[in-house]
Amino acid sequence: MANETADITPKHKTGIRPLYFGLLIVILLVLLLVNLVLGSVDIPLGDIVQILVGGEAASEVWNKIIINIRIPRAITAVLAGSALSIGGLLMQTLFRNPLAGPSVLGITAGASLGVAIVMLAGGTITSIFAIQQLSAFGSWIIVIAASLGSAAVLLLILLISIKVRDNVTLLIIGLMIGNLTIALVSIWQYFSRPEQIQDYLIWTFGSLGGVPLDQLWILAVVAFVGIGIAMALSKPLNGLLLGENYARSMGLSVSGSRIWIIVSTSLLAGGITAFCGPIGFVGIAVPHLTRSLMGTNDHRVLIPATLLMGAILLLGCDIIAQVPGSTTTLPISAVTSMVGSPVVIWVIIQRKNLQASF
Amino acid sequence: MSKQSSIISTNELDIGFPGKGRKSATVVASDINVALHGGEVVCLLGPNGSGKSTLIRTLANLHNPLDGDVLLNGKNLNQLAVKEIAQKVSTVLTDRITIGNISVYELVAFGRSPYTGWFGSLNKKDEEIVEWAIASAGIEQFVDRDVLHLSDGERQKVMIARALAQDTSAVLLDEPTAHLDLPNRVEIIRLLRKLTHDTQKGILLSTHELDLALKAADSLWLINREGEVITGTPEDLVLDGTFESVFEKDSFDFDRSTGSFTLHNPNKEAVYLTGDAVPVFWTRRALEREGYKVVENNGTALQVEARTKQEAFEWEIISKENKNCFTSIKELLKALKKNQKLPQ
Repeated sequence: MANETADITPKHKTGIRPLYFGLLIVILLVLLLVNLVLGSVDIPLGDIVQILVGGEAASEVWNKIIINIRIPRAITAVLAGSALSIGGLLMQTLFRNPLAGPSVLGITAGASLGVAIVMLAGGTITSIFAIQQLSAFGSWIIVIAASLGSAAVLLLILLISIKVRDNVTLLIIGLMIGNLTIALVSIWQYFSRPEQIQDYLIWTFGSLGGVPLDQLWILAVVAFVGIGIAMALSKPLNGLLLGENYARSMGLSVSGSRIWIIVSTSLLAGGITAFCGPIGFVGIAVPHLTRSLMGTNDHRVLIPATLLMGAILLLGCDIIAQVPGSTTTLPISAVTSMVGSPVVIWVIIQRKNLQASF
Repeated sequence: MSKQSSIISTNELDIGFPGKGRKSATVVASDINVALHGGEVVCLLGPNGSGKSTLIRTLANLHNPLDGDVLLNGKNLNQLAVKEIAQKVSTVLTDRITIGNISVYELVAFGRSPYTGWFGSLNKKDEEIVEWAIASAGIEQFVDRDVLHLSDGERQKVMIARALAQDTSAVLLDEPTAHLDLPNRVEIIRLLRKLTHDTQKGILLSTHELDLALKAADSLWLINREGEVITGTPEDLVLDGTFESVFEKDSFDFDRSTGSFTLHNPNKEAVYLTGDAVPVFWTRRALEREGYKVVENNGTALQVEARTKQEAFEWEIISKENKNCFTSIKELLKALKKNQKLPQ
């Protein structure tokens, strides 16, 4: 096989660093376990492992807590962290802009609008109790509303992206649509009763614990489809690093890839926002952290690494949000920003400038 | 028109920008009938804003023609898939590359995109071609360096290597020598000429450097101010005055005898310069810079002779009255200045 040609062909540095990948997987598994252990009820590690391998814990209540609350929560954190990070990576590459994130096209804002319409209109049309009494069904309404909201913005952006060929223009249009949507929400809030606004505000804090076990598979399917599309786009994404003209001159269909990038990001950002509420920051920060860790811009490496990194970051943030040793929980969206911002500042200062790590 | 081996040719091509709404289209150049053949270096020249980049982009399918056709091996570009075109035509553009965290090798390997599968993995043959491209462009010393830490000249060679890895019969380069110093410029042009000779690729490059183009090109495409593209062998275009007419400007004269532009308006008397080739060449430059008009025939009062004397040079102002010898151009110029101040 690799006999004499191996001597002539020098081995070239590629971004694949098996050691780092291994390390990331180990960290992810450890954090998963820690995440399962922590909570307002103390459950011994042994019992948790027992449940994980399919056995029964010493207490029936512990069984229920682990299977119905902690496992869905941890899986949601993994899915949301990966999905938002991949969404951010796609947007940063498409727009060649280090400040782009999954919310940049206004898709998250679209989800917020959908939720706001349901929650705030609840009071005017029916009563807020009507939705709350439906409980399980109620959370479905919110998921559907958020999905419809983000899908509406997505469709609008897609139509515009077919007409507008310049990516910077598209980026600005996306930001403007986001602003417009947020303005609509705030007008709606202005005319709503305080208790209705409170419900909406709580949703905007984000939550990883709101996805019940029987709905988790939907979130998983959406995330897997979005991430699958992203992985299939590795090659055109690499081409786009050199700019649209070069990508096209190297035989890549830029307009086609762009539509798929937008579809993938919308699924990821829209799906996660629908189930967990808006979780900021992860999408912008993780791609930067991953690039500096792996030292490559090759998406074939960057996408799987970003996936792991995003899951790790959000799991870590969730552990902090649960404030170990207490019964309080902090809003996850605030924690991601509080933990993540200093990390990103540190990385950027370390690397002297962003362009070097971007 | 010899179309037997043309890689890219155009048929009454109009280039420019389509109009929007009520605004009519902006035609940059029209009725272009050109052909790029294998094994030749073509330089595309024209004043700023004459449409050199637009033409290159149109030929590379990065910009739509306003009218007419671009043919690639006889087939119309708009009937070919992007991938098929990318296997025949590669480009080096003026677009700035602003990425880091990617090695030179990885960047060159991107050139294999039109051939690799959906995931972009290189097979043995791809790797060999990438290695060949790297060796041909002479960038082996820094294949593992981050693209971010390259000088302008190095980056340009890397982009050329990437175009070579694309293994196309035509390579289109938009101002590949801009921003480079003279040794780098010469090196790039030499590299392109060598590639043309070795691989029979057809290479088209646009440039602002007229003297470099005159020396390097097998053929010139000139875009004039009227938006016409005139083609021909460089020397023919110089001798029939086309070259001059494309670039003419009031204070800017092309000197056919040297193949370069004179920067300075002659405002002083005529000097008849004679002597040995090397000192005459440099003396001529100094005199022209000072505003003297250097003429090729005698009959004027002032004659300067520049000659080689042993290992050094000597200059002499030959006039009816006296003979003055100088050992440097500086002295010669000083004396001429004094001479001029004398009342007639």
